[in-house]
Amino acid sequence: MIRFFLSKLLYLVPTFLGITLIAFSFVRILPGDPVLLMAGERGISPERHAELSAQLGFDRPLWIQYFDFLGRLFHGDLGNSLVTKKPVMAEFLTLFPATVELGLVAILIATLIGVPVGVLAAIKRGSWFDQVSMTAALVGFSMPIFWWGLLLIIFFSGILGWTPVSGRISLMYFFPDVTGFMLIDSLISGQKGAFTSAISHLILPSVVLATIPLAVIARQTRSAMLEVMGEDYVRTARAKGMSPARVIGVHALRNAMIPVITTIGLQIGVLMAGAILTETIFSWPGIGKWMIDSISRRDYPVVQSGLLLIAGLVMVVNLLVDLTYGLINPRIRHK
Amino acid sequence: MKMLSRILIAASALAMTTAMPALAKTFVYCSEASPEGFDPAPYTAGGTFDASAHPIYNRLVEFKKGTTEVEPALAESWEVSADGLEYTFKLRQGVKWHSNEKFTPSRDFNADDVIFSYQRQASADHPWNQYIAGITYEYYNSMEMPSLIKEIVKVDDYTVKFVLTRPEAPFLANIAMPFASIVSAEYASVLEAAGTKEDLNNAPIGTGPFKFVAYQKDAVIRYAKNPDYWGPAPKIDDLVFAITPDAAVRLQKLKAGECQLMPYPAPADLAAIKEDPNLKVDEQAGLNVGYLAYNTTQAPFDNPKVRKALNMAINKQAIIDAVFQGAGQVAKNPIPPTMWSYNDAIVDDVYDPVAAKAALEAEGVKDLSMKIWAMPVQRPYMPNAKRAAELMQEDFAKVGVKVEIVSYEWGEYLDKSMEPGRDGAVILGWTGDNGDPDNFMGVLLSCASAQPGGANRAFWCNEEFSALLAKAKQTADVAERTKLYEEAQVIFKDQAPWATLDHSTQYVPMAKNVTGFVMSPLGDFTFDTVDLAE
Repeated sequence: MIRFFLSKLLYLVPTFLGITLIAFSFVRILPGDPVLLMAGERGISPERHAELSAQLGFDRPLWIQYFDFLGRLFHGDLGNSLVTKKPVMAEFLTLFPATVELGLVAILIATLIGVPVGVLAAIKRGSWFDQVSMTAALVGFSMPIFWWGLLLIIFFSGILGWTPVSGRISLMYFFPDVTGFMLIDSLISGQKGAFTSAISHLILPSVVLATIPLAVIARQTRSAMLEVMGEDYVRTARAKGMSPARVIGVHALRNAMIPVITTIGLQIGVLMAGAILTETIFSWPGIGKWMIDSISRRDYPVVQSGLLLIAGLVMVVNLLVDLTYGLINPRIRHK
Repeated sequence: MKMLSRILIAASALAMTTAMPALAKTFVYCSEASPEGFDPAPYTAGGTFDASAHPIYNRLVEFKKGTTEVEPALAESWEVSADGLEYTFKLRQGVKWHSNEKFTPSRDFNADDVIFSYQRQASADHPWNQYIAGITYEYYNSMEMPSLIKEIVKVDDYTVKFVLTRPEAPFLANIAMPFASIVSAEYASVLEAAGTKEDLNNAPIGTGPFKFVAYQKDAVIRYAKNPDYWGPAPKIDDLVFAITPDAAVRLQKLKAGECQLMPYPAPADLAAIKEDPNLKVDEQAGLNVGYLAYNTTQAPFDNPKVRKALNMAINKQAIIDAVFQGAGQVAKNPIPPTMWSYNDAIVDDVYDPVAAKAALEAEGVKDLSMKIWAMPVQRPYMPNAKRAAELMQEDFAKVGVKVEIVSYEWGEYLDKSMEPGRDGAVILGWTGDNGDPDNFMGVLLSCASAQPGGANRAFWCNEEFSALLAKAKQTADVAERTKLYEEAQVIFKDQAPWATLDHSTQYVPMAKNVTGFVMSPLGDFTFDTVDLAE
């Protein structure tokens, strides 16, 4: 198992280096110059432009800038934001817990609902439940997130008044960040009602963020289950007189889980993309909103380091997914 | 250390909650953008100034509420020498600095603070010039302070003299701008000793109506009333900015009572907001202009008669109706009507496609094809440039002019539109910084601004016009300046380097029980006078 882990880890090194190059080039391929964007309609004299570019290090050849970026990276320095002038790492660490909290709750909702719905739809293939849930999944998968979020806000917060419109917690609660996770911090604070307020603020954004992954997971679970249930060993298990629950729960589901877990792992990337929109609608102070602001301002250090951190995160999650395969299916780790 | 500071913050938060009277009045503002930082000098965004310069700091002089008139603030009075080169400010005494857990001021505001606040921006060698690596002072530079201020002299603790290199009438308006906010020299030295210089930007200390309490990045900014404020005391106890980037969500929050006031509603929502019994809307003409700038160096646009003819072909009211949904007014001058020296005697070009076509033919212009540049972003003076360009495309088609609409990424757009020899007319605009007419006409239409790095996108250089501006800039007397700018507007209208399109209207929706909010022509949001009726 350790060898399996190490071999997987080794693969990450070239991938990570590749990502640094992509992250670095990506923002520079986009048209637009951060110095010009800072100056706006007023314009900037060529001399001042050159002066500022030199100060920011943009006047050097690209490959030098790239190796400088790599060099700093190995010293743990991700540079400073051009806009706020603050260290990128510090900003990331401040905002990251909000995204993780939202993402975890969303993936939890997506998995806890998506897997059972998929299993049930597979077992009752062709039934009204199958038809309705798979149509809903198709709709969910194609849902324009921004519109969906706004619709939920208008209905649940505006018309019914059940949930707050946006933010992470009611403004009447004020306590310092300890972990950055509002659910935990609100409990630690000991302020009455803070935890409930944090949960009520989490409902709509996590449902919105969970929508697409939920649809994908439900559909994937259904098709994986259908495939597995046609296999010989399932028929054998049935023939041996096992209870249907045991056949489905142990023999079919366990084998169907491999592609489902892959899907769940891949949804982390989808979640990050969804977080950009969800965080903007719900004024959620996470890294999705941070990235989109930085891209529009061509804040090179934030965009390249932010991309790197997110890519690193997705890689780690996928590594964990790979390791989970090994747990579920011992044949994989012995290959 | 981090843990300790967290405990300190927690303790001060607790102290605040316990110290507050049971019924503290809290006012929540649904702001649209996160502040870049809390030191106003290195930044340029209006949202940053609303969160820093206005609540936390003061300047020597400030804009009188609701106007662009300059009034005394940290300077009680000032004298200008006869040659216009020396400004001597008498400073207000007894102005208290805020305090926080790391800093308790030992003295009141004085001349040292003024000198510190300017010097750190003026001199690259100043120990505080680069207190955060890579910061620049763009407003200080773009308002030409480095070439304008020769020296700043401390006459005594409460008298400061600014010596200028040339007479400059807009000087007072310039130093009323956020970049000229006065920060505490004593706080700076405490931070320097503690090795936490960046706290000047993170944990600001000012003299303003509100004290900074805490900022949760991209989420919430909290302020508390400054009980020692030198001016009229704020009527609310706590001020909270709930950062809400999306206009539709801001409106939902306002409706749900999660905030009491919001900026920048979507034009499409205005009708519904006005009908809502729990809300009200303040409105005011914005200090801005949207325009179409011809390239006056290229034929046939180098001919004023051709430009005039094209201007006559544009149905500007249709643009106001379609693009602004009525939330704006047709522009006839390069400055907005709320600005002093606006020449209302000028008659706008009448929309008349038939006359326009005849005028073009008279100038020998036939089968003209041109480009119209449409910006890719929404700006206060132009919410949808592509739509406006399409309307003008239709208008020009009626007079036989074929239009191709082009657009670029915003940064590129700003850059390419200033390239000499640019092909086509450019849609752009301007929002005033300080209410001085020179901040429009000088920046956008003078010969100097037609050079690379300027903002004269018509490349229009009219010696007579520029001479009037230069003279006005050196004249202290406002009545005389007014006359000069009025004359300049006559030349502008006659020469037509732009088609002046619009001045947009600003709307501020708020809860019915909000009182005392005053809209700023400069687009600032300030809350020292607001109150909540019971």
